[in-house]
Parts: sequence; C-alpha cells; structure tokens
Amino acid sequence: MNPNDLHYTKSHEWVRIDGEIGTIGITEHAQKELGEIVYLELPEVGHVYNAEEEFGTVESVKAVSELFTPVSGEVVEVNKRAVGEPGIVNDDSYGDGWLIKLKLSSDEEVGKLMSAQLYTEYVQSEEKAK
Amino acid sequence: MKYLPVSNADRAEMLAAIGVSSVDQLFASIPPSVRQDPKLPPPLSEIEIRRLFGNLAKKNANARETAFFLGAGLYHHYTSAIADQMLYRSEWLTSYTPYQPEVSQGTLQSIFEFQTHVCLLTGQDVANASLYEGASALVEALLMAERLSRGRTRAVLSQAIHPEYRETVRTYFANLALDVVEVPVGPDGATDRRALAAAVDEKTFAVAVQSPNFYGIVEDWGAASAAAHAKGALGIAVVAEAASLALLAPPGEKGIDIACGEAQSLGVPMHNGGPILGFLACRTAHERQIPGRLVGQTHDAEGRRAFCLTLSTREQHIRREKATSNICTNQGLMALAANIHMSLLGKHGLREVAKQSHAKAEYLKGRISALPAYRLPYPGPTFNEFLVEGPRAAAPMIRDLAGRGILAGVPLSRFGAGPANRFLVAVTEMNTREEMDRLVSALSEIGRER
Repeated sequence: MNPNDLHYTKSHEWVRIDGEIGTIGITEHAQKELGEIVYLELPEVGHVYNAEEEFGTVESVKAVSELFTPVSGEVVEVNKRAVGEPGIVNDDSYGDGWLIKLKLSSDEEVGKLMSAQLYTEYVQSEEKAK
Repeated sequence: MKYLPVSNADRAEMLAAIGVSSVDQLFASIPPSVRQDPKLPPPLSEIEIRRLFGNLAKKNANARETAFFLGAGLYHHYTSAIADQMLYRSEWLTSYTPYQPEVSQGTLQSIFEFQTHVCLLTGQDVANASLYEGASALVEALLMAERLSRGRTRAVLSQAIHPEYRETVRTYFANLALDVVEVPVGPDGATDRRALAAAVDEKTFAVAVQSPNFYGIVEDWGAASAAAHAKGALGIAVVAEAASLALLAPPGEKGIDIACGEAQSLGVPMHNGGPILGFLACRTAHERQIPGRLVGQTHDAEGRRAFCLTLSTREQHIRREKATSNICTNQGLMALAANIHMSLLGKHGLREVAKQSHAKAEYLKGRISALPAYRLPYPGPTFNEFLVEGPRAAAPMIRDLAGRGILAGVPLSRFGAGPANRFLVAVTEMNTREEMDRLVSALSEIGRER
C-alpha cells in the first residue's frame, strides 16, 4: 500500500513533508520494477535542486534509473545507510530506504503532486498499458 | 593468411540470393558521376604477385634488419613466437567482442588476467578490458575524472605528455565546455613542479603527467598527485612506454588515482603504428565511472570459478546516452597478446626486459653525450629513451643514416615539439652493442664533418 501521508510523482518518487523539510524516496512499485538494488548515487549536502531535476541514480542488477526531485530545495541530509546498504530500499522503500532530505524552497509545488490514491490508479493504468 | 577464392558459380549463387542479375546491377544505384575506375593492371600469376609485393615490401625499412632506435610512443620489444602461435588460433582470431559474454569463458578469463596484470603493474585496484590506444585512453581518463568532479571544467596537462595524446585531448574537448591548461617542462626536462602546482585551481578536475615523459625523463608522480589533491582534483598517470612499469614505482603507490596509456610495449609488435593497445586503471572508489568493459571473477551454480562481465550498467547497451563512454568494446586480440606476453615473461622476465632496456640506453646515452658535437639538453633521469641535441637539423641527418641501415631516432620537428637539431633515441633489449657502437661512429662522423 502507498501511504496516504506522502505525495507522489509520475517518475515514481515520493516526498514526505514535515514542516520545511521534505524527505524523498522511491515508491514500492519502483523498487519492485527495478529488482535487487545494488548501488545508489546520491548528491552531496548543500546541492540545490529545482523540482523535476535529476538528483542521482539508482542501479539494480538489471537496470539503472535516474532519480528526480519531486519538489525544489537544498539537500540537508543524505541517507548514508542506504548508500552503504542499498538493499534497504527494496526492503523498506517508504521507511529506512529514504534517499535524501530537502529544505523546501516553495510550499506550493506539493499541490501539483499525486495523492496515494491517484498514484495507485496511475500505476494501475501504466500496468494496463503494458 | 587464408586464401578465399570466389568462383563464378559462387558469385551467381550470391547474386541470385539477393535477386539481382549481375554485379553491375547490384551497384546500379551509385550514379556514374561518382564512380571511379580503379584502373587496375591486368591479372598476375601467383608468382608474379609475390614478386611484386615482395619488392614493394623491401622499400620499407624493417626493424629486424636495421639498427633501430625509434621510440616516441612505439617501442621495439621482443615478442615470442608462442604468442603468435596462440593468437592465430581461430577461437581467438575470429571472435568479436562477446555479446553473450558468459558463454565465452576463455575470452573472459584472458581479459580478467590482462586486467590483473595491468593492476599489478600500475598499483591500481580496477583495470578495464583495454582501449584502442594510449591517446584515447588519456581522453577517457580525463572524461572520467570530469564526471567524478561533478561540475569542474579544467584539465591540467604536462606539456611533456606525448604531443599526439595532447592533440587527441584537444580534439575531444573542442566541442565540450572544458578547457586544457598545459604546463611546460623545467630545465631538467621534467614538468615544472611550481608551475604545475600553480596551474591547479578549484575548477581543475584532473592533473595528468606522463612518465617517462615524451623527452624520456622519469617524472615524479607524487608531485602530480599532490598538486591535484591540494585542490580536490584527481591525479592521472600517463604511460607511453609500459615496459618501464616493471622497473619504476607503480603510479598507485605515488597517490595517483587513474593510470592510463599505451601497453604496446607489453607484447604487441609495432604493427606499422597499429593496432596497438590502450589501458586504463583506477581506484575501487571510482570504478562506477570507468569506461569500457570489465570482467570479474565469480562462481557458477556449482561453486566453480567462473568469469562474467561486471558493472555493465555503466555501458552503452544498457545506459544509452548516460553511459560512461561510447566505448563498448575492447582491443581484444592485442589485450590477449599482452596477456600471453606478460604470463610468459612473468614478474622477473618483465623486470629483465626493463633492466636491459635501461642499461643499454645508459650505455648509448653515455657514449653519445661524450661526442664533441652532441649534448643531452635535459639532465633528468631517463628509462630507455633520451633527447639528443646534434650539430645540424635532425630530420635530414636521420634520413641519411637510414640509407646506411641505421634508424637513429625521431626528430622533435616531426611533432613541432622542439628545435630542429633535437631528436629522441630509444633503446630496448633488442639493440645490440654492435648496433649502438655503429650509431655512435656514424654520429661522430657527422659531428666531424662540420
């Protein structure tokens, strides 16, 4: 299940808003599609991103995908545990497998993202299109 | 070389298969205006053909039949008949880069062994399956460092890196938002240390120094890596005469982050300039950005040792436009030749080649520098190649000596890399004392003519 308190992108990232901090990760659907994740390339603290900008890559045994920021902001924390142990993104994509935390530069962008229900429907329609 | 005949019947069968009536019809879509008549002479018998090409081949000076002192990037080392014997096996000779790689365990094992040799010689952790040649290996090393730097734009190169390597870098960089700063050599012939340190700034992603450098001088890689690291850049070691690696300290022990260059000296004949053999090796921390194929050692389902391509997600067939490089193959046959050569010679054999090359070069260097009309412009230590300043323009002098069966060296003027009377002299284990003495007498004679 996709948690209701998160906001979702079409490129399968999520963001959890907590005051001015947004925690970003990839969705359960994304980790399943990728398979066993073996490597994460994440930015350094201090990097500033616009919404929908590439902030890193996730590499599994069969593919590499770019990661895109759902919202704009400055990187304030990177999940070092996930970099050292990328499998936790498979195990707990909405919890311990988070990727980066951004200090948000706008509180309006979140409104453009999908709710859990809309995202679930989006994934279903993508699946059907296959 | 195999003889591949085509009979009229074969030709007719092939034309029928593609549905055309004649060879002319096959090429009918090419407008007559752009066709060229090759004006070939009438057919010759096999005996006549052999005589014709034999006579043409005799016009070339042959390294085996001359006193050969040419280097400047390609070196005349011995390669064993055993290597040829193995290379001509069709399993090796006719196989292309394996696209279903794990089926070709022999090929993968050979590449893995080549990578292992390169790592041992360079003191690095990871080597790729080889590249085409030294110049593009340097470019790949620089581009790799640029990606790792995430946004830096400047490469600092020693001016004593082979001129053709630097030209290749400029060609690649011409349409990228990257610039190159070149640092001159000091009075000893080594890259000026102060100028090098001063050229590196916060925009610099890499500092590259060649050793032995283009003038033969052994450089201090520690100075290059220190200059790079002081500003957060990577230190790149460039090697054009890889035989030196068996004798000199491995770049990995001197803080170098990426070692690259030309491995022709390690078992690949000079081949009239190519094919030769590029190599690239780096630290584990940077392996995700290394270009080209990587072979790893693993276990199969039954626990036996097996080999596989690894970290393929860097490569073009998976990563598309985000790949680390558009290089998605390797110089397979030449890497195999180098692997066979290094396996045959082993650590002691490679060291013996390097020691002999160095000792003979020292002998010749001493004798030439004792001639009244000659001097060595650079006093720095050398391995098996050194720069000589003679009494007159080197290019015509070397041409004259070639007529006497001596290929005396490579004039700097050929590369626009220095005064007309300076030339590089290279010595390997192939040179005999008699050849060296013959060169010295010839040079001495020329010196007295003035």
